[in-house]
Amino acid sequence: MKISPPLELKDISCSFDSGSEGLYTATKGVNLTVNSGEFVSVVGPTGCGKSTILNVAAGLLSPSSGEVLSFGEPLKGINKKAGYMFQAEALMPWRNVMDNVLAGLQFKGLDPQLSREIASDWLKRVGLLAFAERYPHQLSGGMRKRVSLAQVLALEPELILMDEPFSALDIQTRQLMENEVLDLCFGTSMNKPRSVLFITHDLDEAIAMSDRIVVLSAGPASHPIGEFTIDLPRPRDVANIRDNPHFFELHASIWAVLRDEVMKSYAKQLDPKPSNP
Amino acid sequence: MTTSSRSQSAMLRVWQLLILALILGFWHWSSRKPEVAFFVGEPLIVWTRLIDWLFVKRDIYLHLGVTLLETLLAFVIGTVCGLLAGLWLGLSPKTARVLDPFIKATNSMPRVILAPIFCVWFGLGIWSKVALSITLVFFIVFFNVYQGIKEVSPVVLANTKMLGANYSQLIRHVYLPSATSWVFSSLHTSVGLAFVGAVVGEYLGSAQGVGYLILQAEGTFDINTVFAGILLLTLCALVLDTLVTRIESRLMVWQPKAGQTEKI
Repeated sequence: MKISPPLELKDISCSFDSGSEGLYTATKGVNLTVNSGEFVSVVGPTGCGKSTILNVAAGLLSPSSGEVLSFGEPLKGINKKAGYMFQAEALMPWRNVMDNVLAGLQFKGLDPQLSREIASDWLKRVGLLAFAERYPHQLSGGMRKRVSLAQVLALEPELILMDEPFSALDIQTRQLMENEVLDLCFGTSMNKPRSVLFITHDLDEAIAMSDRIVVLSAGPASHPIGEFTIDLPRPRDVANIRDNPHFFELHASIWAVLRDEVMKSYAKQLDPKPSNP
Repeated sequence: MTTSSRSQSAMLRVWQLLILALILGFWHWSSRKPEVAFFVGEPLIVWTRLIDWLFVKRDIYLHLGVTLLETLLAFVIGTVCGLLAGLWLGLSPKTARVLDPFIKATNSMPRVILAPIFCVWFGLGIWSKVALSITLVFFIVFFNVYQGIKEVSPVVLANTKMLGANYSQLIRHVYLPSATSWVFSSLHTSVGLAFVGAVVGEYLGSAQGVGYLILQAEGTFDINTVFAGILLLTLCALVLDTLVTRIESRLMVWQPKAGQTEKI
């Protein structure tokens, strides 16, 4: 029997009411599948609806048309099998680090003692057990991201959605975090490999981390215009994978597709008048 | 580091005492003339009146107790009602839109004018003062909570939803804690207004309370007692404000303190 993939987007379109200008179609006809154990990145120019796609996959947005399947089942409401790591600060500022990681387990109604053990274990894995009693505002940006990561992974979601989670971090912290994510999601510490849908505008990051990259066209009505399989060997170290000659070939071929879209998007920002085809 | 900040705060105290001494000195000096003292009272007599009230005759405690009881009742009831109403309307925007003109009207109404009506409704006892105070406290808390609910970070909200929180868990773990911080920012204002409401209520018709004492004294042109009453009320308001600050700093440990460098 064929196992259904963790996520299938079928012909997804999203339109928003943008007031005077009428409907703005962010994405149109998006087809995307994330297979079990696969790390898929979506890259595209700014404002092309990458986050929209992720929010549809999370069940936070319902598409104007099209179908979302989670393990073969049509998605209704919040995607309970998915964990979401946001681009912006998402921790509850009134809870300390431990209570933030505990939150999801608590909502599930898990036994408090067991929850604490799980949360402690995850805090240890992200190296923040010593900071369990601190509040988010007392941590650095990198530490807060780690807490978010522990918060999401503590629930052991089968599908992990990430929306440019490290874009606000400096390059060194970023590489550390990228390696940590790869290790936590695909290393030996997980019982089984996780599927990840990763949104980024950084092509280097996408190539370093993914099994497959989907390139989106510039908005409005953006849709996938290219798909690339990244056959770099795992386990990877994002800091030195750029030395691999194959990395450059992949980068060049993806950039060739992406560049035109970036230019289009850039031109649109300079001249924001809607140009309906 | 600590010694310099300590000497700095000592300096601050010195300046504050100096200003206080200046005010009292000026007051005392100007009240030497009887025709001025008739209007502003005499600090020494005001002082004896206060000592009389508090330690010699000890007859102020009943009145002060009544005023503080009214303040406390109005504060608690007004805050709870404001919090609940703010939560309710914050969470159901449609109802809020329907009720919007009524809320604006009630808020713009000069509510102190309601005092005589409350006297008719609730009698001359404490409840008419409590009612007047509540109308003052309620709106402060209500508007703060309402705003607070609308400004809950959408990312924190989405994140909590993704972590599996249902609607009631969202209210308990996101909306309420978020609103609480807004309630606390309004408490300093509302505790002051609760006090104002109680005193004004007494002033307009009562048989007990510090406001009543002041009114009596005014009736006999006893300006010194009036000032003693005012000073006593100011003192009480300061104590209440300090209490709120204490409770706030205990409950709101998660908030970065003003001036504390936030790590990025």
